[in-house]
Amino acid sequence: MLDIEIDGKQLQVPDGSTVMEAATKVGAYVPHFCYHKKLSIAANCRMCLVQVEKAPKPLPACATPVTNGMKVWTHSEQAVKAQKGVMEFLLINHPLDCPVCDQGGECQLQDLSVGYGGVQSRYEEEKRVVTNKNLGPLVSSDMTRCINCTRCVRFTTEIAGLMELGQAFRGEHAEIMPFVEKTVDTELSGNIIDLCPVGALTSKPFRFSARAWEMSRRKSISPHDSLGSNLVVQVKHDAVKRVLPLDNDAVNECWISDKDRFSYEGLNGPDRLTRPMVKQGGQWIETDWQVAMDYLVQGLKSIKSEHGADSIGALASPHSTLEELYLLQALVRGLGSDNIDFRLRQSDFSMDGLGRGAPWLGMAVADIASLDRLLIIGSFFRKDHPLIAQRVRQAVKKGLKVSAVNSAFDDWQLAIQNRVTVSPVEMVRALGRIAKALAIETGKALSESFAESLAGIEIDEGSKSLAVSIASGRRVAVWLGNQAVQHAEAAKLHALAQEISRLSGASLGVLGEAANSVGGYLAGALPNVSANGLNVAQMLAAPLRAYLLLGLEPELDLADPVSARKVFQGSEMVAVFSAFKFEGALEYADVMLPIAPFTETAGTFVNCEGRAQSFHPVVKSTGDSRPAWKVLRVLGEGLGLEKFGYEMIDEVRASVLGANMAVDPVNLDCGIAEVPVNIDRNTSNVLQRIADIPIHFADPLVRRSPPLQATSDAEVPRARVHANTIAMLGLGNGIEVRVKSARGEAKVRLSEDNDVAEGCVRLAGAHPLTAGLGSLHGEVSLERA
Amino acid sequence: MTSQGIILSGLDGDRTWRLADYVKRGGYEALRKIIAEQIPADQIIGEVKKSALRGRGGAGFPTGLKWSFMPRAFPGAKYLACNSDEGEPGTFKDRDILRYNPHTVIEGMIIAGYAMGCERGYNYIHGEIFEVYDRFEEALAEAREAGLLGKNILGSDFSFDLFAHHGYGAYICGEETALLESIEGKKGQPRFKPPFPASFGLYGKPTTINNTETFASIPYIIREGGEAFLALGKPNNGGTKLFSVSGHVNKPGNYEIPLGTPFSVLLEMAGGMRGGRKLKAVIPGGSSAPVLPGDVMMDCTMDYDSISKAGSMLGSGAVIVMDETTCMVKALERLSYFYFEESCGQCTPCREGTGWLYRVVHRIENGLGRPDDMDLLNSVTSNIMGRTICALGDAASMPVQSFVKHFGDEFAFHIEQKKCLVPPQVQYDGSKIYVA
Amino acid sequence: MLSPESLKKIDREVAKYPADQKQSASMSALRIAQEEKGWLANETIEFVADYLEMPAIAVFEVASFYNMYDLAPVGTQKITVCTNLPCALSGGVHAADYIKKRLGIDFNETTPDGRFTLKEGECMGACGDAPVLLVNNHQMCSWMTEEKIDQLLADLQK
Ligand SMILES: Cc1cc2nc3c(=O)[nH]c(=O)nc-3n(C[C@H](O)[C@H](O)[C@H](O)COP(=O)(O)O)c2cc1C
Ligand code: SF4
Ligand code: FES
Repeated sequence: MLDIEIDGKQLQVPDGSTVMEAATKVGAYVPHFCYHKKLSIAANCRMCLVQVEKAPKPLPACATPVTNGMKVWTHSEQAVKAQKGVMEFLLINHPLDCPVCDQGGECQLQDLSVGYGGVQSRYEEEKRVVTNKNLGPLVSSDMTRCINCTRCVRFTTEIAGLMELGQAFRGEHAEIMPFVEKTVDTELSGNIIDLCPVGALTSKPFRFSARAWEMSRRKSISPHDSLGSNLVVQVKHDAVKRVLPLDNDAVNECWISDKDRFSYEGLNGPDRLTRPMVKQGGQWIETDWQVAMDYLVQGLKSIKSEHGADSIGALASPHSTLEELYLLQALVRGLGSDNIDFRLRQSDFSMDGLGRGAPWLGMAVADIASLDRLLIIGSFFRKDHPLIAQRVRQAVKKGLKVSAVNSAFDDWQLAIQNRVTVSPVEMVRALGRIAKALAIETGKALSESFAESLAGIEIDEGSKSLAVSIASGRRVAVWLGNQAVQHAEAAKLHALAQEISRLSGASLGVLGEAANSVGGYLAGALPNVSANGLNVAQMLAAPLRAYLLLGLEPELDLADPVSARKVFQGSEMVAVFSAFKFEGALEYADVMLPIAPFTETAGTFVNCEGRAQSFHPVVKSTGDSRPAWKVLRVLGEGLGLEKFGYEMIDEVRASVLGANMAVDPVNLDCGIAEVPVNIDRNTSNVLQRIADIPIHFADPLVRRSPPLQATSDAEVPRARVHANTIAMLGLGNGIEVRVKSARGEAKVRLSEDNDVAEGCVRLAGAHPLTAGLGSLHGEVSLERA
Repeated sequence: MTSQGIILSGLDGDRTWRLADYVKRGGYEALRKIIAEQIPADQIIGEVKKSALRGRGGAGFPTGLKWSFMPRAFPGAKYLACNSDEGEPGTFKDRDILRYNPHTVIEGMIIAGYAMGCERGYNYIHGEIFEVYDRFEEALAEAREAGLLGKNILGSDFSFDLFAHHGYGAYICGEETALLESIEGKKGQPRFKPPFPASFGLYGKPTTINNTETFASIPYIIREGGEAFLALGKPNNGGTKLFSVSGHVNKPGNYEIPLGTPFSVLLEMAGGMRGGRKLKAVIPGGSSAPVLPGDVMMDCTMDYDSISKAGSMLGSGAVIVMDETTCMVKALERLSYFYFEESCGQCTPCREGTGWLYRVVHRIENGLGRPDDMDLLNSVTSNIMGRTICALGDAASMPVQSFVKHFGDEFAFHIEQKKCLVPPQVQYDGSKIYVA
Repeated sequence: MLSPESLKKIDREVAKYPADQKQSASMSALRIAQEEKGWLANETIEFVADYLEMPAIAVFEVASFYNMYDLAPVGTQKITVCTNLPCALSGGVHAADYIKKRLGIDFNETTPDGRFTLKEGECMGACGDAPVLLVNNHQMCSWMTEEKIDQLLADLQK
């Protein structure tokens, strides 16, 4: 620890601290532009010059290390003179037209110039003009305003992992730009808008739609990925104008993904469902809640009495709130059915009944920083978990070694030490090899469930070096990604991952697909094995009479859209609870109830680390739409069910979380009972499909955000195939092909991708173009279209 | 090229840059001695300290002291860099050293590598003197061939390799941390210090950077002893030094003379004033050094202490001589343009301030000066100086301050009369700066 | 995109640096590419970036930072004259003016036949030889009196 005195205040700071960090601790504000706590130090703006005892000249607080006994003055005459001098330089070439600048009212330069700027400019020469850059659909540029602090450059390089922006040219001609005609494509790009201290980089969708002071700021939680980023939603006249990150070092730090930031643009599109609707004589008519609810109540009652309660089933999106999920399962169970599920893209349920708790990350998100070894299994990691990947990226810089077993890789923008790429059908064996190699490496015995089945498996170099790597760690984690969870042999993968973590002393975790992938378990929104409830696959395989669909678009959100559609068409009643109309619903539903998206309702998401985060509505309901928890409550009452008399959402929440409204850690557990696992010698010479769920197609809200749909992440899916496989099939890169499965086909372009396992076709799911294929995995064929 | 010293002396053959020629002049004796006698590193550094050799790149920092900062025992790679980016206007000595005597730099660097435990060195050569780059590479090949470079030098267990890296037109890369960035294949933007290169240098490893002439002085110091070198100059200003004399003299060129030699003697060696005209001003240490009036200069001796006492710097030893036909506003305008063009653009005061300075001087020169422009120049320079990441901010400011200070009447005349105090025809005859 | 000879030269430069520091060769790679292509088009820069496994913008930063790289086409003979103060004191500006007159172009212009481009240079570290100029970056010409300029232009015309 070092002693330092700042503006007369004494304090102690850890070795290696900077004067800026120390000043922040005592609450002394040092003006700055280039400094940012999460970025490397550039010390280029020079705004933070402070007076340091014995130093002949003022020093930049951001870059000056504290030395023991140092005395600093942040507002002495020398310091302020230096700061004012810098401010004058910053302003000479900066347009002084704040009223027409989109940053006006929230500009650090504007704010600081009030305190540090001169009254009148002494610079009477011509001002510099810099041409604007096309940075893509999300970020707008006004480069003449740029003060070259390079925060954006450092962000893309350090946080997003790929240098997409640079400072080209030199001296006064220096310009921030992407490489000629490239755009900024990282899924974290919106953060540069927040980082830019002036109006050079602003939000394109938001541009000029409101002034900072006209909007109210309301807290919320992102409904998208499993991290649950904390948000500030800015609202004007009851409309969401903008979404910003809310700092929470334990969760999203000061970042959010573009999906979190720009999905709000999808809230009020033309297909927003604003009135309850019922189908009569094949015609959809708008109606009021009373009529719609009566219709639904009567329908459910009569189906129950005619066919029994277990002919009713419910499916819920994992993006639903904890309260919604809880009430939906209570409703289904109240009716006497146990057919409820929220694990929509899952296909292997053989683990049901074996689990000890809700699968979760197995550790706190913030602890990623201290991991030294990590194994990721079956994940499109960077796009599925942008901010967790960001944390891993930072940890890698501090020595974390990452290994991964996957069927296909994207560029994660972080170093992967051991990379195993295998076809989905070989995934189980690949993990088996690793488990075995680990047992040899660590000298520990394989557990009984594996001893026999792994006896005949030979380990190879790849599994050996991977095993050596994770065995050598002190803080190790093994994570199962969405692909692994959706895998046809998910249970075996899970069991092997458990074995691998046991052998390597790792924590086992599941990354989780959606905002409430953990919450769904806690709310009980899945069938009870002992009650013979049907899971999602079973509900679609053995058609039921009535389906309640909460927040999902079956065509895109289910593992098998093709059978879903068929089943719904053949059923007696389909009730859709949705914020949006969609084609499928118009075709097979009988009633559509307009429910509120996350901005218009209260609720709770439990993120991957088991953190329950509740939020309030930030705007009024649109049209007649209502929060789903209220709709379900009324429905329950209408059906005469017990325990549906909730007045407040907190009461619902407490039913799941208990009085202290937090997840009891004992309910979080990735562990499963050990059962013998047999490892087949699964090889196949038929092409296997690998389906990623593209980041901006993953849920109904993002799909509807026009700016997100204009990004490179929302490109039309292509069939991505290894060059060797393309050659073997006698096809050519770039041609149009027909991908055929047992259920249907899709016509797409073929694209060479050597990060895909040989013998496989990577073709995105959750996309209208590929929905016709049915399953997200399994055998497919390829032919020239 | 005239030498009363150690680096450029004896260069009268026609292939002085070849290894054989260098060896004939006593080349690599120092290195052989070190290897043969297994002289300890500390002793070498001690010898350099004794010599009072001060860095020839501009700052004049004691070389032995700098070398002692290197964490010799630090495990892993350590690097050496030679600064041959000579871009400081007026300086052209390193070019001649590399052109005619490259092996002395190579030998100096090998010895430095030995003394500081470096495994590898780079010589960063100014892009505009590309012929010298090619020649240096040839010299490296010769040395490697002769077992003087590379693995197990002269059969010992000491290994050191050396490579050439070229600049490509950026003055700022002469600044030592910009130079390191440039070797790393980036644009040459200086780093904030601390950390200093001795702890975080090339590729983040401990690194020492010296000027070409500094390294070139080392073989002599080791061969003849630090005392001998010191004795060539004067206390605290050891050795001889190269002075690049340019401007209004009859014989511009490099003169290697003992530190402490009177300026008047140097001027005479350079053939005296061109056309017999009167000396008006001298920039004694490269364009970044404050200008001194001719009469002040005539009282100086050419060494760090004397020049600094007179209010300027010995800098890189570039002596820019200006006679009575020079318009000082025009001269400053050109220098200010240089710093404006060469600012790396990283830090605010320099990026914005150098352009401002240039524009104001340009305005004054073109008859658009305003009454408070001289105050403005002083104020802007004081807002730049000491507030930038590297010393280019100071380098851009010192000429402005000193020109305004010593030749204020010329600036005032320009501002008031909208024309030159020195008539155009006089300027044309002399400097040919001004062409109608 | 670059000839095998150029690639060989680049490889030779890459070998000067530690194995994990390929990007150190970016400056010489760009120089070699420019020698072959005459100037650095965006495709060339991108090629160099891929070759050295660097982000394209990082290479563009380099190409745009150092003066001797040309980001736009130049004449087959690029003449760069130093006009910095020490040279100016010995006729540097005058030499530049004389070339301008002879070629009928100003700084940063190219003769209509595409043969000559004239550039204003900064200190080349050869002030003692003023006036000095560079032809195509690498050939330095010293003491450039009017007669010597005439001779040079005549030689370059051939
Ligand atoms: C803007 C600027 C330009 C410089 N240019 C050079 C140069 O061209 N050559 C040089 O040797 N040192 C130059 N220096 C000084 C170097 O930073 C460094 O001090 C020197 O190379 C150290 O070597 P020495 O101790 O042997 O002098 C420059 C410094 C600055 C701030
Ligand atoms: S002082 Fe100038 S050259 Fe030095 S770092 Fe700052 S901007 Fe770059
Ligand atoms: S914040 Fe310190 S220099 Fe910019």
